[in-house]
Amino acid sequence: MMTQATSSQFWLTRPFGERATQTFLGVLFAALLLVTVLHLAVPQGHPLHVNAYTVNLFGKYLSYALLAVAVDLVWGYLGILSLGHGAFFAIGGYAMGMYLMRQIGERGTYGHPVLPDFMVFLNWESLPWYWHGFDMAWFAFAMVLLAPGLLALVFGFLAFRSRVTGVYLSIITQALTFALMLAFFRNEMGFGGNNGLTDFRELLGFNLRSDATRLGLFIATGVALALGYILCRAIVTSKLGRVCVATRDAEARTRFIGYRVERFQLFVFVVSAMLAGLAGALYVPQVGIINPSEFSPLFSIEIVLWVALGGRATLYGAVIGAILVNYAKTIFTGIMPDAWLFALGALFVLVTVLLPKGVAGLLSHLKRRKEDDHLPKEAAV
Amino acid sequence: MSLLQSLKARDRVFEFMAPEASPVDVRHGPILYMEDVTVSFDGFKAINNLNLTIDDGELRCIIGPNGAGKTTMMDIITGKTRPTEGSVWFGSRHNLLHMNEPEIASLGIGRKFQKPTVFEALSVFENLELAMAADKRIFPTLTARMTGEIKDRIDDVLETIGLTALRFQPAGILSHGQKQWLEIGMLLMQRPRLLLVDEPVAGMTEQEMERTAELLTGLAGKQSVVVVEHDMGFVRSIARKVTVLHQGSVLAEGSMDQVSNDPKVVEVYLGSDEEESA
Repeated sequence: MMTQATSSQFWLTRPFGERATQTFLGVLFAALLLVTVLHLAVPQGHPLHVNAYTVNLFGKYLSYALLAVAVDLVWGYLGILSLGHGAFFAIGGYAMGMYLMRQIGERGTYGHPVLPDFMVFLNWESLPWYWHGFDMAWFAFAMVLLAPGLLALVFGFLAFRSRVTGVYLSIITQALTFALMLAFFRNEMGFGGNNGLTDFRELLGFNLRSDATRLGLFIATGVALALGYILCRAIVTSKLGRVCVATRDAEARTRFIGYRVERFQLFVFVVSAMLAGLAGALYVPQVGIINPSEFSPLFSIEIVLWVALGGRATLYGAVIGAILVNYAKTIFTGIMPDAWLFALGALFVLVTVLLPKGVAGLLSHLKRRKEDDHLPKEAAV
Repeated sequence: MSLLQSLKARDRVFEFMAPEASPVDVRHGPILYMEDVTVSFDGFKAINNLNLTIDDGELRCIIGPNGAGKTTMMDIITGKTRPTEGSVWFGSRHNLLHMNEPEIASLGIGRKFQKPTVFEALSVFENLELAMAADKRIFPTLTARMTGEIKDRIDDVLETIGLTALRFQPAGILSHGQKQWLEIGMLLMQRPRLLLVDEPVAGMTEQEMERTAELLTGLAGKQSVVVVEHDMGFVRSIARKVTVLHQGSVLAEGSMDQVSNDPKVVEVYLGSDEEESA
């Protein structure tokens, strides 16, 4: 795992030359293929059959994994502990939700051709200005990236320009997501208030309640995760990635050798927020609802726990952490719902004490031990 | 006539069109002027009416007892601290008080901190790569590729600082002395015009000190170097001209022999030093 001389390749294709990325993509696509085959080709009732519910669940985990990758990009490589990434995830989710609401059309409970049900219920006469355009898929999908990106740009510009870092930045990111949660709870905001947006019918003409659409969304989320991973990997293996690590470890020093640290922080923060938004947009059609609880500070802290459990600054560790914790959560909340938070807390304490570098740290430790075992043998030959 | 002909000459490049080797104007000699600079922190004057001029290519040592304002002086030059009064010019064109830290760094002022700060998670090679003079905006940095030319330059600097064998090791495992050299190497990668070096030999062994002295004297001439140091033996071994700071202003200036015989200097600095050692 020693750092090598940097290659002369084009930055976006550079990750494909790495062993770790190849392994990650291999495992991810094998898993996508396996689930698809087990879902489609194995008959129902067979013990190996994966049902539509489980496919949907896995799709949800994958969108969480993409969110965790986004958090690891800023936390692991740039040292910015964002406790508000749930906000970007939720905004991406709301952008998708607004599109899905507009797709319902006359099939809503009140049958209004344009207004979503909750607006009719609130006796609104016309669509608020910010709901216009969301009937067009291209516009809504652009907003999935642009809305969280813009928020991150404004927030990050103010924070990084004033050199707010460390625990203070964590606190204001937490405040950001809390403030947004309170705002989105209000009916006057026009985002469905407490209930959020739900009762979705179709996405790009595909019925959201059909098994085929669920499988499609699962695969699309897997592909988005792969692309997001490659993008992040391309960033962290570029010279810019090394500037980020330098900023994380010695910010003042990085500034002295001539880098505009605050601009680098802003750039990476915005990229991360957009990826989180994309994750949210893929999450919403799979769970069928988006409401202000996604803005809750607790959720943002949970994301950080996934990354810590999986192992910081590896990206694949974030994916492992997100999937493991959420799988455990599904199992646990099924068996003993009240004990989940205790289990999560215990898990976090154990990992911090026993595996400070997370699961990814354990993996690379085992790999090194294996390599060390090989060495003496080769020397003997 | 000659003027007309020179205007007609096709191979002539007008001065204002020629790419400048360095934007710093040192035609008048000095590369750094500090005039009547005062810095006060809540009424305490860390720098008091300081006047200092460094010539282009000079190696200058600055000595002074603790609290004389040596580090604050470096902070002012690099833009970290703003003086309350006075002016600071780099060459005769650039007013450093109107620039921020990255701008000053890219203009060609490099600083080595008292405590060596290198990027510990990155390799020695990568440390030098980041420090290299290059387009340091976001997208050029993102798409930057490693070329043979850059590699050669990094290899040259690795050779100069004697860390070639450790190039792919993380900088975190280097010894204290090696970190200091790596930091000097990082400064060299920036091709600075003026190098500010803060206590380069603190905590070094005798041998490491000798190597550092060689390194710094080798740099002078190509770059202007300002060294702040406590170790009088070391200063004596490298200095051509010494400035003594005391309570934020210049007490004496001259060769090492001149200043060490100056009664004022002996009183505030060398004298008390000898008493301590006696």
